[in-house]
Amino acid sequence: MTSRTAPALEMTGIAKRFGAFTALDGVDLVLARGEIVALLGENGAGKTTLMNVLFGHYSADEGEVRVFGEPLASGRPRAAIRAGVGMVHQHFTLAPNLTVIENVVAGTAKLSGLSLSLPAARARLRELGTRFGLAVDPDARVGDLSVGEAQRVEILKSLFRDARILVLDEPTAVLTPAEGETLFATLRLMAKEGLSVIFISHKLGEVLTGADRVVVLRGGRMVGMRASAETSREELAELMVGRRVERPERHERPVGAPVLVARDLTLRRGGRTLLDGANFTLNAGEILGLIGVSGNGQKPLADILFGLEAPSAGTVEILGQTPARPSPRDMVRRGLGRVPEDRHAEGAIGDLTLWENAVLERLREPRFSGRFLVRRGAARAFAAHLVQRFDIRGAAPDKRIRLLSGGNMQKLILGRNLDGDPPVLVCAQPTRGLDEGAIAGVHARLLEARERGAGILLISEDLDEVLRLADRAVAIHAGRLSATVPTAGLDARRLGLMMAGEDLGRAAA
Amino acid sequence: MQTTIDILGSVGLWAAVLRIATPLIFGVLGALLCERAGVLNLGIEGIMTFGAMAGWLAVYSGAGLWTGLLVAALSGAAFGLLHAGLTVPLGLSQHVAGLGITLFASSLSYYLFRLAVPVSGTPPTVEPFQPLDFGPLSDIPFLGSTLFAQTAPTYLAILLAIALAWILARTPLGLAIRLTGENPHAAEAQGLDPIRIRIGAVVAGSAVMALGGAFLTLAAFNSFFPTMVQGRGWVAIALVVFASWRPGRALLGALLFALFDAFQLRLQPLAGGVVPYQVFLMTPYLLSILALVLVARRARVPQALMQPYHRGER
Amino acid sequence: MIVERRETRPLALVVLSPVIAVAVALALAGVLIALAGAPILDAFRAIAVGAFGSRLAATETLLRACPLILTGLAVAVAFRARLWNIGAEGQLYLGALAVVTLGFSNPLGLPGPLLAVLLLVAGALAGALLLLGPLALRLRFGVDEVVTTLLLNFVVVLLVSMMVEGPLKDPLAFGWPRSVPVLADAQLPKIVERSRLHLGLVIAVGAAILVHLVQSRFVFGLEAKAAGLSPRAAAFAGVPIGRTLVKVALLSGGLAGLAGAVEVMGNRGYVSTDLSPGFGYFGIVVAMLANLQPLGAVIAALFAAAMFVGSDAMGRQLGVPSFIADVTVALCLLTMLLALFFSSYRLRRG
Repeated sequence: MTSRTAPALEMTGIAKRFGAFTALDGVDLVLARGEIVALLGENGAGKTTLMNVLFGHYSADEGEVRVFGEPLASGRPRAAIRAGVGMVHQHFTLAPNLTVIENVVAGTAKLSGLSLSLPAARARLRELGTRFGLAVDPDARVGDLSVGEAQRVEILKSLFRDARILVLDEPTAVLTPAEGETLFATLRLMAKEGLSVIFISHKLGEVLTGADRVVVLRGGRMVGMRASAETSREELAELMVGRRVERPERHERPVGAPVLVARDLTLRRGGRTLLDGANFTLNAGEILGLIGVSGNGQKPLADILFGLEAPSAGTVEILGQTPARPSPRDMVRRGLGRVPEDRHAEGAIGDLTLWENAVLERLREPRFSGRFLVRRGAARAFAAHLVQRFDIRGAAPDKRIRLLSGGNMQKLILGRNLDGDPPVLVCAQPTRGLDEGAIAGVHARLLEARERGAGILLISEDLDEVLRLADRAVAIHAGRLSATVPTAGLDARRLGLMMAGEDLGRAAA
Repeated sequence: MQTTIDILGSVGLWAAVLRIATPLIFGVLGALLCERAGVLNLGIEGIMTFGAMAGWLAVYSGAGLWTGLLVAALSGAAFGLLHAGLTVPLGLSQHVAGLGITLFASSLSYYLFRLAVPVSGTPPTVEPFQPLDFGPLSDIPFLGSTLFAQTAPTYLAILLAIALAWILARTPLGLAIRLTGENPHAAEAQGLDPIRIRIGAVVAGSAVMALGGAFLTLAAFNSFFPTMVQGRGWVAIALVVFASWRPGRALLGALLFALFDAFQLRLQPLAGGVVPYQVFLMTPYLLSILALVLVARRARVPQALMQPYHRGER
Repeated sequence: MIVERRETRPLALVVLSPVIAVAVALALAGVLIALAGAPILDAFRAIAVGAFGSRLAATETLLRACPLILTGLAVAVAFRARLWNIGAEGQLYLGALAVVTLGFSNPLGLPGPLLAVLLLVAGALAGALLLLGPLALRLRFGVDEVVTTLLLNFVVVLLVSMMVEGPLKDPLAFGWPRSVPVLADAQLPKIVERSRLHLGLVIAVGAAILVHLVQSRFVFGLEAKAAGLSPRAAAFAGVPIGRTLVKVALLSGGLAGLAGAVEVMGNRGYVSTDLSPGFGYFGIVVAMLANLQPLGAVIAALFAAAMFVGSDAMGRQLGVPSFIADVTVALCLLTMLLALFFSSYRLRRG
């Protein structure tokens, strides 16, 4: 029985377990019509899991979901779509080789049907685009779109199917602050038309300005609910983390000689310029923050510095020397510590043991191998030493690394680099996906390294992180670096403009 | 040079092209359908062998030729279901499972064939498909004795290519298959069931492959013998890449390939004594490798090909 | 229903996987034997007796295991590094061809044992070089090596056919298409009297031990494993992926080429197009049954060899087509895949 007054969404007592791990433990959530609710929590709090239950990617072990008063069949995205739920996933669910319109209409008609009725669909898509300010060319190949446009397609997919509840998972993660503001304006417009919106976030600022109400999750439980007009950053932060986690502070220290210098680094691939003449100087004893929305060239830059990729033009100077043909092992030998952006795909190999992961980067060094043989004793001892020194929990040298948590895996990756006190560190998104405790731990390690005189390039998309840790900041946008500015006196707004590439020139002044 | 022109001008060559191409067309279409949904089916060689055996055995046991084709298709579908069961819901290595299916299906077909037909001097035969009679059309010069002188399954193969091209490009089902092969998570988010779509595509694709095998025993030849598929399945897998996963190009690719094959068959006796015949027999395989090299970098691979999909994982 | 990775792999399940896989495959084979109208238990007994029931039977089984151990190793080494070498059959034939080409005469007058060693090396080298081609195409053009190695199998067998009907034809073979024999004093000595079992078995088992050591103790072994498990992470750690794969290909192709060399020098004495009844393809089964472990490959190859030898005997007695061995061994590959799956995953309702 659909009631005209029933709330758009009621989730009651939702529980979800994965093996021994309880991801959700009796969560209740109510969403009114025309309301925008933010689901706030740190990584691993269960926000995405809750929304995946709603959308039917998972079926809950316990609990009930009602959409406009009607119970929703569990575990079936199709049922959720029918009931009017649309979801914009953090990792877009788009097929890059298909066109926009194909991505939008797939699954909308009966599979036994004989026609796709594309002309009508195009017209409807255009109409929706104008109405909500989400214009995209229906016949463009999705792979050719910018990230912002791709997100529009994701939203349009839901609107096209008459979604009345829109769920967005970390929608601003791929946007510059300005683009984020545009997105929230769009969401407001939708709410005004009667749609209900839930967005997932761990950013306090956008939660306060973008939502009517904030629901806070921690450790799979709902720990608080506040009207955004009646709460504060401090209160939300405390609710989200549950205890006061002090992120370590940076203290002024004198800066030393340059340790890493990039000169006109350029990378072109397949006719596209991914990195366009990047210049920077990193000095001993400082942290240089490289801020930018993911996908703007920081990955190619990091890969060049890591020795993985040869630049199309330009040079890298490390400790006063310019390696002719840098390779990962060469850079490590020269004193570069490296933390890759993707722990699971690059930083570690899940099915290798801890000791194998610990030494793989330095396998050819005499410490760990002879002419042919691996010095397994030395390697195991090194792993055991790292476990102890860096407090890697639940670990043993012969344990497969897959079994470690993300935070502990990151401790190993940082630890194997920091143990030799390298003079230079390049860390790409070192805290991505970690919870607050682990983030504080990583920050402390980086500051320690700075204290003893290492130069650190911190590649991050987190404004707060850069402002807090870095001595100087540089922004990357569309493959170009801004000028480098001291972080003292710099605010998030200015940094946001730099990320959008709008303050590149003036920053030099 | 003159020889080449003579051969290219001969009616026999062009009639042979369509005949040689037919099993490849079935094979390449079947493999293409599986791959468009994201599943590599290396069971193809075994499935074609089993189809050849099953279709032949049905007819040998008294069934009609069309029933024989149906039996072959059903047997192919069964092996397809096995391959899909292993690789889709369980996500096992598509390479290894496919090779396992090939080893299993081919050895099983030899075993069953031996059970049904004890060893004898000359292999038993059936009455195969005869060229269709198109009446007056058969009297058209050249076309009459090439295009209009084929057996029914050849026309079926061509129709199937057109049908598959249309389904993939123009129907909701085809779009669902393509989306699943490009990004099964996107398919799931659109309310489609990628597991069912993949299983369906592999089962249907395998049935089509088996028809290619059955054509060998029920139209091109009239008896079954082990190793008769002769790597045609592997050639078909190469042709799918060459065709950049498009049915129309797959049809053209198979025809082009058959043209080379028919040509070398006719060149063989002329070059006899100078060039060993084995050199000619090698050309199809070497051509396939060449075809792969030519297109490998440019081909637009279905992005989720060989990537297992597990629900709720992303 | 969803697939869930087990947090720990129960050791019992891992160890038992091949046993369970073989048992299930044998049970299914029983159905096929029943289809032939033979009593199932008698048939299995006949297979066992045929494979191990006498000194002759046992040595024949070991003889058959030699090439299977080597091709199984070839596949295991390659698959571990995610190099899909399905070309062991062709590499085996090319190894055999190289041995005959260089070993039917002895123009330099080398001593027999030295010539034999050189021939083994030549056979391995031929197989190794054959795999480099597909690897180069993969690294240079991105061509999938599965198809190219498969296609090359056909090319090499045709090459063998061409050679044994042409330059290497044995004039004393009454028109049979087979090659001239390798010189008698370069052939491998028998290791058991009044049997055909030759030194190749020692070579094969030695190779298994060597590969085991390389994989577990050598820098190259760890690098190859890393490259196979995650090429991106291995590259990040500085493992030179291309160079590692080249080494893996040389080892894998070399082992398969050695299988051909051993089969010619120890067993046949000559090469012909029926040298291998699919040793290269069944090497895939051996490797998988061994869970890609080199020492396991020895046991798995013994099992497969016993099935082949035993089924021949059983077939003659009970009138069951001896193809039952091929079917059973092929089934083992599929059941082993399943067994391995359930040792590291479980199914759960979703």
